[in-house]
Amino acid sequence: MSATTTTHTTASQEAAPRARRRRRAGVNTGGGPLVYAAALVVAAMTLGPVLYAVLGGFRSNAQLTSDPVGLPDPWVLTNYTNVLTSSQFWQLALNSSVIAIITTALVSVFGVMAAYPLARYVFKGRDALFLVFTLGLLFPLTVAIIPLFLMVRDLNLSNTFWGVALPQAAFALPMTVVILRPFLAALPKELEEAAMLDGTSRIGFFWRILLPLSGPALVTVGVLAFVGSWNAYLLPLLVLNDPAAQTLPLGVATFSSEHAQDTAGVLAFTSLAMIPALVFFLAMQKRIVNGLQGAVKG
Amino acid sequence: MADVTARPGPGTDAAPDGTRRTTSTADRASGPAAVPAGRSRRPLAPRWRTRLEIAFFVTPALALLVLFVVVPVVQAGHYSLYKWNGLGPMDDFVGLANYVKALGDDVFTGALRHNLTIIVLSIVIQLPLGLAIALLLNREMRGRSALRVIIFVPYVLAEVVAGVVWFMLLQPGGVVDSMFEAVGLGNLTQLWLGDPDVALYTVMFVLTWKYLGLAVILFLAGLQGVPPDLHEAAQIDGASWWQVQRKVTVPLLGPTIRTWGFLSMIGSLQLFDMVWILTKGGPADSTMTMATYLISRGTERSQYGYGSAVAVLLFVFSLVLALLYQRLILRRDTHDAPSRKKVK
Repeated sequence: MSATTTTHTTASQEAAPRARRRRRAGVNTGGGPLVYAAALVVAAMTLGPVLYAVLGGFRSNAQLTSDPVGLPDPWVLTNYTNVLTSSQFWQLALNSSVIAIITTALVSVFGVMAAYPLARYVFKGRDALFLVFTLGLLFPLTVAIIPLFLMVRDLNLSNTFWGVALPQAAFALPMTVVILRPFLAALPKELEEAAMLDGTSRIGFFWRILLPLSGPALVTVGVLAFVGSWNAYLLPLLVLNDPAAQTLPLGVATFSSEHAQDTAGVLAFTSLAMIPALVFFLAMQKRIVNGLQGAVKG
Repeated sequence: MADVTARPGPGTDAAPDGTRRTTSTADRASGPAAVPAGRSRRPLAPRWRTRLEIAFFVTPALALLVLFVVVPVVQAGHYSLYKWNGLGPMDDFVGLANYVKALGDDVFTGALRHNLTIIVLSIVIQLPLGLAIALLLNREMRGRSALRVIIFVPYVLAEVVAGVVWFMLLQPGGVVDSMFEAVGLGNLTQLWLGDPDVALYTVMFVLTWKYLGLAVILFLAGLQGVPPDLHEAAQIDGASWWQVQRKVTVPLLGPTIRTWGFLSMIGSLQLFDMVWILTKGGPADSTMTMATYLISRGTERSQYGYGSAVAVLLFVFSLVLALLYQRLILRRDTHDAPSRKKVK
């Protein structure tokens, strides 16, 4: 232990004062037990409700009534197996997935296509065109919800995937273009020139060079679109009345009001609805944060 | 839009029409080989081709945007002038009567007040809490990365899912009540979602639980951009940990905080899902927001004209607040935009 300390201090002159400073001010060190206690409280408050739902799904209703805050005793699996063996749950999950995938595909493909000329062509009206997209940011879906609802109905798209995915994609496009444009604009011009000299058309450049290079930015906007679609409630609530066409959030809301007496069943249903999303979104946490920051910093 | 040309190289920005034509003729005639290697000359596609390319790339997105954003928004403005139930012809023109009616309805003005309360409380509660937790997590402590993931969990949950779980936790005799009893505060329990005087604050609490993680994560990302040299310099000058945070870190986080404030405000104005799940705007309209009012009057009662007027009002209030925020708060950031980018 002392040996390593010595080598450290002698190896680099900078290490010594830094170590001393750390000790003095405690900026980078763990801090006292108070800090850990605070961290523990935060973690417990944050995770408590989620754990309650997951563990509650393993309890019976009798257990839940006699002691609201307890561990499963004994562990009951039937709540979860009931949900997992019901076709309704899988139908909801499938609907949510399909709608989210269509939305994400539309947003990413159309978004990067639109961002390309806005970023790398110079033409009259370019700024005006970009303004159209940025102005789109001002209008939340809520504002247009009544005409949208009527329009989807008149287009015979009620209770279809497209009835939800198309408007969702349209409202996600402005943010996507705003995030993608600076990214595409920042790619070095030399790349384009080299490609042109080699005889590539602009469309060829777009496919073979720009798209592969914009992978990270595309993943970010794709994840944002997916999260938005997966968690969406308002538009599906109005467009999807048929239980067979509904998404998970709608299903959770319906199930919880229809089975209000069966608390354990509702908890199991809700837990299962959140687990795939949690795993995916937490894995993509960095992308989501990047997107949120990029969206506002533009 | 009429004069579409390929992007000219540097230095040719001011080139008159003639130059462009010559270049493109040269291009067509002799191909890339004949183009001088100079930086400013590149083979340019014929104009009509470039125009087609731009149209090809932009049209799908633009069509989607126009059809599902622009048209419905314009329609909302149009519908708002009529009394209409969505079925028959829209011929009962009432002018601004819907707006007058909404602004005169105590439930709507109450909803607006609730939205404003939520905006203010969100910032007042989440800013200090979020900062505290972000500073806590910025230390090198054990379990830090796990804690960072944990704090993000509520944010990625659907509002509906979080709402359903909290709805059950908050039932009379439920988990929240038994927690209060367990620590001897049983007499403080309330009808959390059933008492008109309490419900809005209960909703506010759940929203804080749900969205605190966003603040923390954004602040943490902002903290990454604060150069550690500054901390060290301040410490060498004898500043305590607390002083360093207050005088160095937090001011440098300014742009991130203002950005988050904007996001939070916009979210509060559109609040719907959580309220709809927890209370549907009740009891006695005490948690009604503009969006829940819009849905409960507009679609549930098929008053599409009236609902559209409410939607337009929601938009106008949001726009005014966004512009005010931009003017009063975000303006500082646009002034030093370049340095802000670097900090990020």
